[in-house]
Amino acid sequence: MTAGDLLTISPLIALTLAAVVVMLAAAFRRSHALALGITLGGLAATFGTLFVAAGRTERDVTPLVSMDAYTLFFIGLLTAAAAVVALLSWGYLGRLRMRPEEYYVLLLTATLGGATLVASTHFASFFLGLEILSVSLYALIVYAAYREDAVEAAVKYLVLAGATSAFLIFGMALAYAQAGTMTAAGVAKLVAGLGSGDVVVTIGIVMLLVGVGFKLAVVPFHMWTPDVYEGAPAPVTAYIATVSKGAVFALLLRFMLPVSTDQGSTVFLALTAVAIASMVAGNLLALRQDNVKRILAYSSIAHLGYLLVAFLATGERAGVAVGFYLIAYFATTLVAFGVVGVLSTADRDADQLIDYRGLGARRPVLAAVFTVALLSLAGMPLTMGFIGKFVIVTAGTGAALWAMVIVLVVTSTIGLYYYTRLIVTMYVRRSEETVPAGAAPATRAAGTAGGMLAVSVLGALTVFLLLFGVYPQPLLRLVEHAVSVLPWP
Amino acid sequence: MILLWYILIPAVAAPVAWLAGRRSPAAARWVAVAGTAAPLALVVAQWIAEAGTLAEAFTAKGPGASGLLAGSWIADLKAPWIESLGISFFVAADGLTLIMLLLTFALGLLAVLCSWRGIAERVGVFHLMVLWTVAGLAGVFLALDLFLFYFFFEMMLIPMYFLIAVWGHERRVYSAIKFFIFTQVSGLLMLVAIVALVFIHGRATGMYTFDFTQLLGTQMAAGTAFILMLGFFAAFAVKLPAWPLHTWLPDAHTDAPTAGSVLLAGVLIKIGAYGMLRFMVPLFPDAVADFRTWALVLGVIGIIYGAVLAYAQTDMKRLVAYTSVSHMGFVLIGVFAWNELALQGVILQLVCHALSTGALFIMVGGLQDRIHTRDMGKMGGLWQVAPRMGGTAMFFAMASLGLPGLGNFVAEFLILVGVWQVSKWAAVLGAVGLVFATVYALWMMQRAFQGEETHGLKFADLTRIEVGMFASMIAALVLLGFWPQPLITTARQTVTGLQQMTAQSSLAQPPATEAGGAAGGAGETAEAAGDGGAP
Repeated sequence: MTAGDLLTISPLIALTLAAVVVMLAAAFRRSHALALGITLGGLAATFGTLFVAAGRTERDVTPLVSMDAYTLFFIGLLTAAAAVVALLSWGYLGRLRMRPEEYYVLLLTATLGGATLVASTHFASFFLGLEILSVSLYALIVYAAYREDAVEAAVKYLVLAGATSAFLIFGMALAYAQAGTMTAAGVAKLVAGLGSGDVVVTIGIVMLLVGVGFKLAVVPFHMWTPDVYEGAPAPVTAYIATVSKGAVFALLLRFMLPVSTDQGSTVFLALTAVAIASMVAGNLLALRQDNVKRILAYSSIAHLGYLLVAFLATGERAGVAVGFYLIAYFATTLVAFGVVGVLSTADRDADQLIDYRGLGARRPVLAAVFTVALLSLAGMPLTMGFIGKFVIVTAGTGAALWAMVIVLVVTSTIGLYYYTRLIVTMYVRRSEETVPAGAAPATRAAGTAGGMLAVSVLGALTVFLLLFGVYPQPLLRLVEHAVSVLPWP
Repeated sequence: MILLWYILIPAVAAPVAWLAGRRSPAAARWVAVAGTAAPLALVVAQWIAEAGTLAEAFTAKGPGASGLLAGSWIADLKAPWIESLGISFFVAADGLTLIMLLLTFALGLLAVLCSWRGIAERVGVFHLMVLWTVAGLAGVFLALDLFLFYFFFEMMLIPMYFLIAVWGHERRVYSAIKFFIFTQVSGLLMLVAIVALVFIHGRATGMYTFDFTQLLGTQMAAGTAFILMLGFFAAFAVKLPAWPLHTWLPDAHTDAPTAGSVLLAGVLIKIGAYGMLRFMVPLFPDAVADFRTWALVLGVIGIIYGAVLAYAQTDMKRLVAYTSVSHMGFVLIGVFAWNELALQGVILQLVCHALSTGALFIMVGGLQDRIHTRDMGKMGGLWQVAPRMGGTAMFFAMASLGLPGLGNFVAEFLILVGVWQVSKWAAVLGAVGLVFATVYALWMMQRAFQGEETHGLKFADLTRIEVGMFASMIAALVLLGFWPQPLITTARQTVTGLQQMTAQSSLAQPPATEAGGAAGGAGETAEAAGDGGAP
């Protein structure tokens, strides 16, 4: 390893340093604003070092990580999302009866884990990144430890992540035993040769996919999602839904790319079934929920199903679809959970439908922002969600994945029902309407600085959603550039 | 450039109306009036300016005299938009576009005017939604890039959804969601068909584009074409609506506020017919020819079913809504007949139905504002209370049943003559629908306006705004009834162009069994249209 290599991995170093500095600063001086400031500074520095890394010609640093355009793109996305989560957390944490500084340390280490995952080209860095991410998340989920459901959620996530790791390690071991390689390129070769019928390899790959499936919360590995989403603090939920899943999906694309080339293989068919089941179950189960966080949880299961459709479509067009959809999904999900966070109190998150009744009259800006986010999730025009769904349909149609495309079309329409139901709750006045007692304290946060900050961040994100929903060309170019480095067939 | 203004003016006026509404409701209303009247004036100006060109296209005979392909637009505008996906911002206008735009802005203006007193809550946002819908509609009629078309097609659902869900009547949420979901499913099926078409074209030529003019004439297997055509048909048949996909319509129309019903019945459902004319048939002429019999059956069922159900309603607004199903059945059989007479009739029917049904919705809305019910059982003898209202309602009921001398008669007559050349049975059964129309129209008048006033209702007759609105609509319908020539001249260029596009397909071939009659009919076609079919 040379000094130049250090420059290449400077984004990872910057993230690590930021986490250490926040921790040290908290040891000397307990200040919420200071912790947030250093966190944002560290994330900004990470973002800046991406351009340093982009200027390097030699991008592979040891066999473990590769800082190619694909990695840099995803690290950029993850840091941006982490910065948004940090900004949204400020007001939220201010209301919690907990010391807030450690939260930012955990946020930074989790982001480091995510960044390692997307840079990983080797089982070792894969596992390392995943564990850094998961361990940080256990603590983040239970951050409001005095809430009962937080503990329940954290324990569920812990058990799940343990099981995931077990599957992954066993899968890695089998793959290594058979092929003698731990690199992404080696795994890709194994995947490409799945048709040869080597049972051990197939079991190994399937176990890897099961592990990844748990992290992505696709059916049938989705059981934990609603409970964890419900129990975790709203900003953390946003983080799990975006950074954690996004990083794992980026990794899936790098390691398992050749799955999509052989549409007859068992693994391809299994993934098709998973995608269809996720779209159907996610959207159907969301229909019966009255808890906003659970609705969003089930809807995220469906969205990961849509993403799998893009993943299974062959070729660079599929990569562009995945990349663009992830950006749209990140921005939209952050806005949605951001709104939940702004309305939450110290004792509970604003996750009941009743909290949103009449929001259009009480908090018009917040209601408008939430509406745009929901319309984007539903894939309506003028929002990025629309372009995202469009590129996925394009990719799926291009690869002639008719069954999946039709299921996507039908189930996303089912999705409309629960998204519009939320919108209706905010705007439609019922005759017997009064401001519900349960919702009253939620409005108190409006005047605080944290509330103002969160609302302005949400407003900026909404503008982003609308702007690139109307003119997505620059982002599409960016994504095209990023995914072009993957070894497309 | 002028084309862009048609979309931009209402789109920009929308947030302005919202902001103005925060100061005073009246300001929002006036902004909305300006936001629809200004583009209306622009369309009229453009129409007058282009009248010479359009008339020339009309008198010129023979191939190449006019056509739809690039270069023969009145105006067009093409700018790169999402290059990496082959999508451009391509808008263009011909005679048909002008007619549809005229309709959009005129009914948009009427929708604003008819809400002057009825809407008192959240006035600013209401007008934001109305103007946004109008902007989306203008976009739909202008777009020639299929992605852009779909974009606008979906975009205007959102404001319409809010109009119904927030300002609507009894079952507003249910109706709004039903409307939204029906349109969305069918729209997505169309999107899949569009994307598949683009890929088929791209694989054959190496050029991936959503430009409609380039996609024309894409070669594909007959089976594929048929499936893709069904994707388009699903979207447009739901919009139209064609039986049995019509069930959203009575709910949505009934529960929408008056302005919403006017826009829905006047313009939104016309997208179905427009999309078939502009995109579906030219793209898949052979598949359309294969599907013709089925479509004619659906259309005829729609005509009769809509009329019978209209008769069975007690809710006056629902009655009017079902008449739309019936009238749009005529449009469906006219489109699938695909000869010049029928097409001219279809275009005329779109305009006349928008005016007559729009007026009836405004009438019902006005009644509801006054007596707070739409139940015809609680009405009766209203003519005595409000004679001006009674007379006006009688006029529009007559228009709806197709009284000679009014535009609707000319339109339905042309359609039936056109359909006769293709299928005698469809024409005969369609004509039976006219009899049913007489029954429901007279029945409505009888129950609501005639007889003795027994419920002790007292309310004010038409206001000045209402008199103005109805007078202009009456004038337009009478004019179209006696002198439809200007409209026919304007649409001629488009209709000829459409026929040229499909000239090579089996759609242009006369049905084998009736070859003699149809060949004779083809000769008369141009002449009859030239005479304007005036009674």
